[in-house]
Amino acid sequence: MRGDRSLRATSSRPTRQRPAAPVTPVTGGLGESARRPDATLKVKGEFAYSSDLWAEGMLWGTTVRSPHPRAKIRSIDVSEALMVAGLATVLTADDVPGRKTFGMEVPDQPVLAWGDIRYQGEAVALVAADHPETARRAAALVRVDYEVLDPVVDAEAAMAPDAPALHPSGNVLKHVKVRHGDQQPTADVVVTGEYEVGMQDQAPLGPESGLAIPDGEGGIDLYVATQWLHVDHDQLVASLDLRPAQIRMTMAGIGGAFGAREDISIQIHACLLALRTGRPVKMSYSRQESFVGHVHRHPARLQYEHGATRDGRLVCVKTRIVFDGGAYASSSNAVCLNAATFACGPYEVPNATIDCYVTYTNNPPCGAMRGFGAVQACFGYESQMDKLAAALGMDPVELRLANAMREGTSLPTGQRVEGPAPVAEILRSLRAMPLPPNADGAGEAERDLRELPGGVSNTTHGEGVRRGVGYAVGYKNIAFSAGFDDYATARVRLSVVAGEPIAEVHSAAAEVGQGVVTLQLQIVRTELGVQRAVVLPADTQVGSAGSSSASRQTWMTGGAVKAACEAVRERVLALAASKLGATGRLVLADGAVLVADAGAAPTRVSTLADLLGAEVVEETVEYRHAPTEDLDPETGQGNAHVGFAFAGHRAVVDVDTELGLVKVVEMATAQDVGRALNPQAVEGQLQGGTAQGLGLALMEEIQISGGKVRNPSFTDYLIPTILDMPPVRMDILELGNPVSPYGVKGVGEPPTISSPAAVAAALRAATGRALRRIPVRPEHITGLLETRTDAVPDDPTKPARISAETQ
Amino acid sequence: MQLHCKVNGEPREADGVWEGESLLYVLRERLGLPGSKNACEQGECGSCSVYLDGTLVCACLVAAGQAEGARIETVEGLADGDILHPVQQAYVAAGAVQCGFCTPGLIMATHDLLRRISAPTDVAIREALAGNLCRCTGYEKILDAVRMAAANARVGE
Repeated sequence: MRGDRSLRATSSRPTRQRPAAPVTPVTGGLGESARRPDATLKVKGEFAYSSDLWAEGMLWGTTVRSPHPRAKIRSIDVSEALMVAGLATVLTADDVPGRKTFGMEVPDQPVLAWGDIRYQGEAVALVAADHPETARRAAALVRVDYEVLDPVVDAEAAMAPDAPALHPSGNVLKHVKVRHGDQQPTADVVVTGEYEVGMQDQAPLGPESGLAIPDGEGGIDLYVATQWLHVDHDQLVASLDLRPAQIRMTMAGIGGAFGAREDISIQIHACLLALRTGRPVKMSYSRQESFVGHVHRHPARLQYEHGATRDGRLVCVKTRIVFDGGAYASSSNAVCLNAATFACGPYEVPNATIDCYVTYTNNPPCGAMRGFGAVQACFGYESQMDKLAAALGMDPVELRLANAMREGTSLPTGQRVEGPAPVAEILRSLRAMPLPPNADGAGEAERDLRELPGGVSNTTHGEGVRRGVGYAVGYKNIAFSAGFDDYATARVRLSVVAGEPIAEVHSAAAEVGQGVVTLQLQIVRTELGVQRAVVLPADTQVGSAGSSSASRQTWMTGGAVKAACEAVRERVLALAASKLGATGRLVLADGAVLVADAGAAPTRVSTLADLLGAEVVEETVEYRHAPTEDLDPETGQGNAHVGFAFAGHRAVVDVDTELGLVKVVEMATAQDVGRALNPQAVEGQLQGGTAQGLGLALMEEIQISGGKVRNPSFTDYLIPTILDMPPVRMDILELGNPVSPYGVKGVGEPPTISSPAAVAAALRAATGRALRRIPVRPEHITGLLETRTDAVPDDPTKPARISAETQ
Repeated sequence: MQLHCKVNGEPREADGVWEGESLLYVLRERLGLPGSKNACEQGECGSCSVYLDGTLVCACLVAAGQAEGARIETVEGLADGDILHPVQQAYVAAGAVQCGFCTPGLIMATHDLLRRISAPTDVAIREALAGNLCRCTGYEKILDAVRMAAANARVGE
């Protein structure tokens, strides 16, 4: 991939203009692995993350949280806490001036709890003091009298008619039904399966944190790390009961997000404390608090029934998926819709019956995490495809190829897949990649202990170790779906400073690490032919960019910046025509206006600096993708998504079958990114997303019992280290996208979707065990503990009308 | 209590330090050096890695009082003004920085590795950096950065 070189050609013919400075070709444009503008600050330790902020005279805020997953608050006594020297204030629900609840989609979560406690870790009171330890001690002295109740901790149980209603609307938050084709089909071969996915945490390394500074006139400035400034702003306006202009938000440095920063954490709390005390208030969660201070990936239970012809054509898929949404709605509705629409996988499925539920429980609230409903579904349908292949005596890749979705395929929702849908290409690419050496025990004598399962624990020198290879492929939507008015705003300003043109880009897009800040620079360099470009801090002084989620920012904010550049360029070229009488096909390149008529070498009309002089050209544009529609509530039919991205993985694992220890030898991935605008950043997304999927397959799970989180630390919640993560072999396909700017697709989420399923498939290949639950634990591999779903026979409540040979 | 130490070559002191504070808190909140990061504050993630009298430690696990009279080097002390340290240059060039929250700790750990082993094998790199969590990169480009820094240092010798 390279930038548009046609715009870079320099003139070799005489021009009408006086001699100008030599042309320096613009570098760092689209298609190049342009360097991050924040990289230097980050490697020097000088980049200001939200937890690094400091203000003279600032207080530290902390949160009093419920230790019980379900309770009623009888009373709160703050008198002891108020006696602590250094304490500034204690706030409870009565001190929330505006709307006492918040929520991105459904405002069902109390800013500070009154009455009902619905999960362990629910915020009950706030404390501000002159030192974080003072604040913690005072928080411990806030006496809350709870009437402790039995928590509802199972999503299925929450749907039972006699379950206590956790919210006035009942416990079923959403049920998405999709009915496609024949609902009573018959198939030659049928396989059923029941699968489980544990609760994963995004575990961004930067803690939830920020600094709120009162302006002395009743308003406030908030510096915070968030994925979507404007949706936070809306919620702040509602709960603080202030006018929108009284709340100004500026993005602070973000230490990763992955979905964890889509919901409110410290935002309202820090502002309440700052407004009450009249002093700057900093809040920064400990890791333990972070584990209860943001939503998680939904745990899921998935029942599947796949029917196929004897020669391996899918006839039907029936599935029932139940998500545990936890105590509050967060983005559960959208996760449920996503899972329902992707429940059959990237295959041609003529008949489908899909029921997807998300329920309220007293478990921690779940919401957005990279892959957003598609990850859980992929583990289900890909496990089934392997099972079906075994039942048919087919190669698993061949079965997938025989049923692969392609351009023009109709999804179970009736939506036609437009543009490239390279499922078969991805599978063929993966299969063609060379396998890593040392397969099947060969050459084990030379292997470093650190390359074996168990590593330096010295648990094996190769005995009992078996290798397995597994494949999986998945897909998901890009950008917001189901009728949401999805847009992004960008302002581009072109001016001349010190004799040089400079482009400034202003958007509210959250730079979470993915590189949207680099991308904005690349776009303006290419579109305006300007080398000097800066991205202004993201804030609420410009319109919404939407969230840095749903793999959407390259498309959406990229689209907005591109459109704003086009608007600026149009004005600049009009200026060249009116001021200099330039005619022909005018373009901007390398800091100049050129005439680039077909068949002739481009000639320079003027440098941008000369043309603009003191003039400033500024344009603000809102970019929207094509509208989508919600699904029909009865049939699940509708064009819910604007675009799709596809990825696949091949995992190679070595398993110590005696101890259940796993060493992932290699992950290979192929993904269609549409167009790689920054190849190095794309690679980073594929590698990082693959790692998070590997984590879900092997180690990452929030352990909950009785509604309580048992492992809220990096000691007990394991994320892959550099020892766990193998090399990643990559094939980045660039097949374009007819409906997006530059033909991009989203990059961030797809690598997380198929990675867990591929690892699980490889583990099954190595061990021969069913392994119906992720994360796979050592005791599942050794067979010491069959997973619940391994032990349970086929569920009799599940539709099983498909006759013939049930496997 | 009062604390005196030498940080990045300069004598520093802090007043009114509570005995329960960590070296990390003192660096970040009292000495204006927030480069060392606070991702877990229990010694699991390596984000706060600094040298304490020449030994790589997690600053979050060092009580402030233990740093009395000590020499401390933090990530802020590596670059020579605008000239990045070769390890820092390699992290930038390799694309090993995404959100960057783990980066200061990884740079310190890489610095420590390369002063001990000038040409580490991949397994040695993995072992040396196993105490540093990164959530963004999948570590591939971090390995690239370490290999690059090692190669550049050898060329420079």
